[in-house]
Amino acid sequence: MSRSLQRRVANFIFTVGCWLATGIAVFFLALLFWTLFGKGFAGLSLDIFTKDATSTGDAGGLLNGILGSLIMCFLGMVFALMIGILAGTWLSEYSEGSKIGEAVRFLNDVLLSAPSILVGLAVSIYVYLVVNAMHAPQFTFSGLAGAAALGLLATPIVVRTTEDMLNLQPSALREAGVALGASRGLVVRQIIWRAAKTGLLTGGLLGFARISGETAPLLFTALGNPEHFHTLSDLIHPMSALPLLINTFVTQPGENAVAFAWTGALLVSLAVLSVNVIGRYLARGARQ
Amino acid sequence: MFRSACYTAATFLLVVLAGIMGALLIGGWPAFQKFGFSFFYSSVWDPSNDIYGAAGPIVGTLITAFLSLLMALPLAIGVAVFLVEFCPRILAQPIATVVDLLAGVPSIVYGMWGFFVFAPWFAAHVQLPISQSFDPESFWGKFFAGVPNGANVFTASVILAIMILPYMASIFRELFLSVPAAVREAAYGLGCTTFDVVKSVMIPFVQRGMVGGTMLGFGRALGETMAVTYVIGNAHGFPKSLFDSGATIASTIANEFGEATGLHQSALIAMGLVLFLMTFAVLALARALLNSQKI
Repeated sequence: MSRSLQRRVANFIFTVGCWLATGIAVFFLALLFWTLFGKGFAGLSLDIFTKDATSTGDAGGLLNGILGSLIMCFLGMVFALMIGILAGTWLSEYSEGSKIGEAVRFLNDVLLSAPSILVGLAVSIYVYLVVNAMHAPQFTFSGLAGAAALGLLATPIVVRTTEDMLNLQPSALREAGVALGASRGLVVRQIIWRAAKTGLLTGGLLGFARISGETAPLLFTALGNPEHFHTLSDLIHPMSALPLLINTFVTQPGENAVAFAWTGALLVSLAVLSVNVIGRYLARGARQ
Repeated sequence: MFRSACYTAATFLLVVLAGIMGALLIGGWPAFQKFGFSFFYSSVWDPSNDIYGAAGPIVGTLITAFLSLLMALPLAIGVAVFLVEFCPRILAQPIATVVDLLAGVPSIVYGMWGFFVFAPWFAAHVQLPISQSFDPESFWGKFFAGVPNGANVFTASVILAIMILPYMASIFRELFLSVPAAVREAAYGLGCTTFDVVKSVMIPFVQRGMVGGTMLGFGRALGETMAVTYVIGNAHGFPKSLFDSGATIASTIANEFGEATGLHQSALIAMGLVLFLMTFAVLALARALLNSQKI
């Protein structure tokens, strides 16, 4: 076989391989979505949003899970945004050339993909220690602990996005502020943050999308609760979440439980996907 | 004032990382103390007699992550090359966006799909015919032995592969796009085929980044919980064949920590520390490689 023919054959095989790889990937992922949408929409009804789930999933809805997820994600994001924006600001504005800056940036990147179950495990260990020291074992599991675990998972994403978005702001903006006599801190808060506010929002949305589907960190922190959130004091009691309900129902016998699990999975996926889409759309605008 | 608030928040991240490790160390200490090194190489996991060895789940974690990488890596490279080189331009951006979005689908959805759809199908249409076509005493018979319920090490690896595939494809695509157009065009101008360009120009150009991206996928597969727990069968001890049920560190913790007390609990946390150190090493190396590529 001549050299040129050999190369053309190799190229042909490679081309077919790439098409095939994409075909296989699309096939599996399409199959997954087909099942998710088919089974998920079939179980959708008003009851899903108005009734609590029963422990076996034979009747009722998913209200306790939906409320619990929203509350814990919201609290987690409040925490993540406070810490994350400040930390990201420090990395972008103040850390120039410092060793600690390098270390924080690096470890933040590692935390970005740390196993979520370990974050939940660590939070639950600390809660356990505190609760034992206070002789109050009834508070071992709580919505607050779940929110803390979720918040810790979202923080690295907010840090990363904040730093990226602040770095995009032109240094002329900072110089102009300082030339007018404003302090560095004032410039950052009044000018840079304002100019980058869409970018900062993006970080929040991406963080939210990441944590709203997390199951593993809630297993030993929020635990789950057949009742939905009523009053503020419910925060220190076990709390349900959509992924936790899915996890319970998957292993339950009975058609209804499985149907509820699929509907729950659909709701979680739609939430994650739509928040991700909005976040990406805003990020594109912020980058231009 | 403001500056020190920012500084405190940044150092808080270091505290978080140290705090996670500290918690796992404190919680796992009794188990390490009791079993010493045998904790790492013994595969006896016996809660009724309070004897624990983590070798089974550790090996299970490594095998599933490795197998899933083996399946996902060629596919991810193929998808990335397709999107950069072969795909019509109008389709490339939408497909790339879809791939990016898929990387964010919650892992429990992948796990559920594996449990309800893939595992039953696999058991009936792949596992059973294969195991029947070999003599159970032969090498291949033993290699493919297992209960035909679809919950085994191989299924778990497939689900993990489907999960990390969009993630890795998305990283590879960005790496390929970072190759300067002039370099690629120069190669094409010399008469290179697409295969030559990818093999001899693009991949060498982003080599380190690709190793980093691969390890990022590996790190995700190591620590994944929900995609694995439903489909691995949850048996302690070493998996004896490709279709044997097994366990990973994360799946064991997810299954048992809720009911565990005393030494059992400590052994699970100790296993968590092992997982933490493994993923930390892999992710740190991955980040170092990716950062040196500067995309």
